Amino acid sequence: MKLYQFVIAIALLFTGVVAAAGPQESPKQSERESVYAELKKVPEKYLGKANPLANDADAVAAGGILFEEHCEECHGKEGMGGKKAPSLRAEEVQASPPGAIFWVLSNGVVRKKMPVWSKLPEPERWQLVSYLKSLGAAATESKPPAKP
Amino acid sequence: MRALPSNSFFLFALHLFFFVLPTLILLAFPLPSLSQENPYIVAYDHNLEEPGSLEVEYFSTFGTQRGGSDFHAYWAEFEYGVTAWWTTELYLDGQTTFGDSTIFTGSRWENRFRPLKNEHLINPVLYVEFENTNGADKILKEVEGHDVESDYAVPNAVTRQQHTREMEFKLILSSNFKGWNFTENTIATKNLSNEPWEFGYALGASRPLAMKGAAHRCNFCAQHFVAGVELYGGLGDRYSFGLHNTSHYLGSGLAWNLPSGWTFRFEPTFGLNDNSHQFLLRWGVSREFSGFGSMVSGLFKGHGE
Repeated sequence: MKLYQFVIAIALLFTGVVAAAGPQESPKQSERESVYAELKKVPEKYLGKANPLANDADAVAAGGILFEEHCEECHGKEGMGGKKAPSLRAEEVQASPPGAIFWVLSNGVVRKKMPVWSKLPEPERWQLVSYLKSLGAAATESKPPAKP
Repeated sequence: MRALPSNSFFLFALHLFFFVLPTLILLAFPLPSLSQENPYIVAYDHNLEEPGSLEVEYFSTFGTQRGGSDFHAYWAEFEYGVTAWWTTELYLDGQTTFGDSTIFTGSRWENRFRPLKNEHLINPVLYVEFENTNGADKILKEVEGHDVESDYAVPNAVTRQQHTREMEFKLILSSNFKGWNFTENTIATKNLSNEPWEFGYALGASRPLAMKGAAHRCNFCAQHFVAGVELYGGLGDRYSFGLHNTSHYLGSGLAWNLPSGWTFRFEPTFGLNDNSHQFLLRWGVSREFSGFGSMVSGLFKGHGE
């Protein structure tokens, strides 16, 4: 196989992977529930963990900027839910202790397309928790994915 | 493989390919998202691409060469997050050896898999790559076996005739701890012709300049800068494992992650022994696009989302 043929073959294969295996489908209702269910799997020691930035006056504002930069694309504006990921204003999230949200952020839900955010330093993850908790619960209905 | 023509039209086409193609892709998709990249150019950490995001990257290495001409090697990289546990990448490599020629040196297809569901103190990632390059490839994306500086002094007209088809495997062990990232890559490479297994390593440590996000929008806040060091080199082959006749490098880098989705990396690197290039100046620019998978899928379905 000549070099240019190989390059074309690999480029087509790459495009195929992107097209076929992309995470473009909206999550099904059961997937959303399983993301919330992840909050119930949080280890005991994290459930009681307090947010060290709970009294930091800037934490919510900084968390809001971080949310826009990293989370809004999937979870929607102000965490109301998007086509790719569920609402973070749901009671399941808002009623969870800060440590539980921190744990899910740090570990992701890898099998359900939620990335691991441990690459953000711990204080930034706590700023995100502060922001999420500041939003409060909102009536959000988990809708089934849009039909083509 | 047929030798490629080395004339002005070809040089023009090659540069068009490396610089214009990524630029067009960058401009075509207006969905940038902030990436949080480490400054490593050789070492890998366990942080994979976000699902559905495409990162388009251009990297450049200027290298000094004793006994030959200095060179400028470059590659374009297209990195896509297939899932939260699988990232795939396509590389296209080229180089200019001053006073010699500019040539396309091949391509690579790389895949990284995260086998564990949760974050741990040490996080393994499995790396599998297929390379189809020629002997003139100088991007130094990894150093393995008995790669030494003198290999790079041979004229392009000779080295481009050598075909290299290799499988490369890495075990990436990486930790995020108190804002620091520490990573260790063990490399094993098998040329698909009858060559022995070759080995190498890469180590890295990095840390953002600030741990907390700023409460206002900014491009120059310390949180957007990540500084780091990386050390990499060869470990011989199956029959002569060890440090004898191998090359090693130490680089100190900085990454600047802009909120607009752009990342700039800069890394001066120094050879640590007589078998190494004395100096490599490495830099790169990349941009991440979220929602790329959705857009491509929409094209194939005949409608957008």
